[in-house]
Amino acid sequence: MATREQDVFDSLGRGLNSLVGWIDARFPLTKLIKEHATEYYAAKNFNLWYGFGVLALVVLVIQLVTGIFLTMNYKPSAEDAFASVEYIMRDVDWGWLIRYMHSTGASAFFIVVYLHMFRGLMYGSYKKPRELVWLIGMAIYLCLMAEAFFGYLLPWGNMSYWGAQVIVSLFGAIPVIGDGLAEWIRGDYYISDITLNRFFAFHVIAVPLMLVLLVVVHIMALHEVGSLNPDGIEIKEHKGPDGKPLDGVPFHPYHTSKDLVIIVVFLIAFAAVVFFAPEMGGYFLEHANFEPADPLKTPEHIAPVWYFTPFYAILRAVPDKLLGVILMGLAVLLPTLLPWLDRCRVKSIRYRGWTYKVALAVFAISFLALGYLGLQPATGIYPTLARVFTVLYFAFFLLMPFYTRNEKTKPVPARVTK
Amino acid sequence: MRGKVARVAAAAAAVAALVASIAFGASEGGELASANANINNTASLQRGAKYFVNYCLGCHSAQYVRYNKLAEGLKLTEDQLVQNLIFTDQQPFETMTNAMPREDAERWFGITPPDLSLISRARGQDYIYNFLQGFYFDPSKPTGANNVVLPNTAMPHVLWELQGIRRPIFEESEGEDGAPVISGFETVVPGLLTEEEFDQVARDIVNFLGYIGEPMQLERRSLGIRVIGFLLVFLLLAWMLKREIWKDVH
Repeated sequence: MATREQDVFDSLGRGLNSLVGWIDARFPLTKLIKEHATEYYAAKNFNLWYGFGVLALVVLVIQLVTGIFLTMNYKPSAEDAFASVEYIMRDVDWGWLIRYMHSTGASAFFIVVYLHMFRGLMYGSYKKPRELVWLIGMAIYLCLMAEAFFGYLLPWGNMSYWGAQVIVSLFGAIPVIGDGLAEWIRGDYYISDITLNRFFAFHVIAVPLMLVLLVVVHIMALHEVGSLNPDGIEIKEHKGPDGKPLDGVPFHPYHTSKDLVIIVVFLIAFAAVVFFAPEMGGYFLEHANFEPADPLKTPEHIAPVWYFTPFYAILRAVPDKLLGVILMGLAVLLPTLLPWLDRCRVKSIRYRGWTYKVALAVFAISFLALGYLGLQPATGIYPTLARVFTVLYFAFFLLMPFYTRNEKTKPVPARVTK
Repeated sequence: MRGKVARVAAAAAAVAALVASIAFGASEGGELASANANINNTASLQRGAKYFVNYCLGCHSAQYVRYNKLAEGLKLTEDQLVQNLIFTDQQPFETMTNAMPREDAERWFGITPPDLSLISRARGQDYIYNFLQGFYFDPSKPTGANNVVLPNTAMPHVLWELQGIRRPIFEESEGEDGAPVISGFETVVPGLLTEEEFDQVARDIVNFLGYIGEPMQLERRSLGIRVIGFLLVFLLLAWMLKREIWKDVH
């Protein structure tokens, strides 16, 4: 009996092998698996900060899959959009779950991406030779912002409507071409059915296509240069006699098994929001958006969703509209220059001098504070505070060449620590 | 490794605490009295549905709420549904629309009465409870009624028969903007119900509005417990797998 089962397994195995051989003769399947998984070496001392990349990938998949199912019942027209979302929430089987996963996924995307980017700031992931990995990552971030902005209009709630109205009108601040440009974006004199239709096109096909492509390129660029680690050491520089990095372990099965644990922990937190606090107190789903879009009725307090509020606070901190728009744009784009603004050769914060540590802490606090201030009405002491933190935010980037040039760093170990 | 586990646990606990504080935390607007809505009280939801179709549905619609789905959630049979909640020639598979033409509504009230399917999510249940409890007699208004929560509301005091008619007692001092401040009420015409009975009516309506705002609430919480339970078991297995694979890495 046992031998007969063994025979079946053996012949199955031979069949599989010959199938893989057939494919390998025509497509680099085994080669790709080796290069990117079983023989891709990454440092064995990754800490939790190194989990947010894979989490971003998980959220991307959640958004793509739930998005496809939402599209099956959503109607992109001013007349039907709001009602079709409620139809999904009430009448479509499991529609509420799919929709809550998508709306929670939007916020989760920004949470993991912000933490993923902060990891880069801590351990110098943007430094030579990883400049392109960082630049591609910034392009992904910009796509993500566009994706979130377009998607936010689709439920056609009143906050959707007025949020889009405010953001598109920002383009109107540009001299000479501004008004024409805003009109061109809307396709109309105000946010209308036409705007909704084109935003739908961008949200469900144009931007996701770019996102997926950029993510592939991001990972290809990363695997070309290799992943960094919390010590900021190149593990390729210390190889054993077998030619494999001494401080590295193959991505599969080591990091995949570790990532699985991280993914499950993330999913628990994600499920906690989806099932117990899908509105997240009005931060993930805003209360004003449960009223349909009304061009004649402005919500009492227009604020973008939380992930845009740091930049919104910068916009409001500047009294001049055009200058505010320019500073907001700069605030978004400045991280792109990090590989060249940072003059320190030491990568990891573990071995960098106090100046960078202080600067990074000030930056993190400023970003969070601006995020908070962007949610608050611009009254009392808030505008002043927003100005202070705007200055600190920009100081982190613009003064970086100076405070990193002669940084008093600690000696960097040759091999990774724990 | 132990330190790392502790850190993961601490981070997870922090996230859980944040979620819990937002999910169950204090509602906005400290001045509003709590509606104390309880979605698990089916009897209250059924009473709320009855008041809703009797007193609200004449002017307000709930156009996203389907009668037969509502009956399912409120644990009513189709017969009970047709007997108690559908007074028009509508079919159980239709939604709770009403027959009041929009133009007429606008002529009568100045605005179209808003659809109430999502009002609990847009305004919060406490707001609606305080609104329903906030009507008072004001002869200067076309409807003869005003409201403390939504001053100059276009809505008449629909529940006056039940609550009675109240006249406001003004404070000696005026408010910041020179408007009179209401310190209390005196009953002019007593209602059919006592104060406690009427309070229960208001709470039942609010409870019902909370339910129709998000009918999947009950389902999502019970499903959530099972999903997270499954994930915790999965986490244990994933953790054991990871430990097994990593045991030779030093």
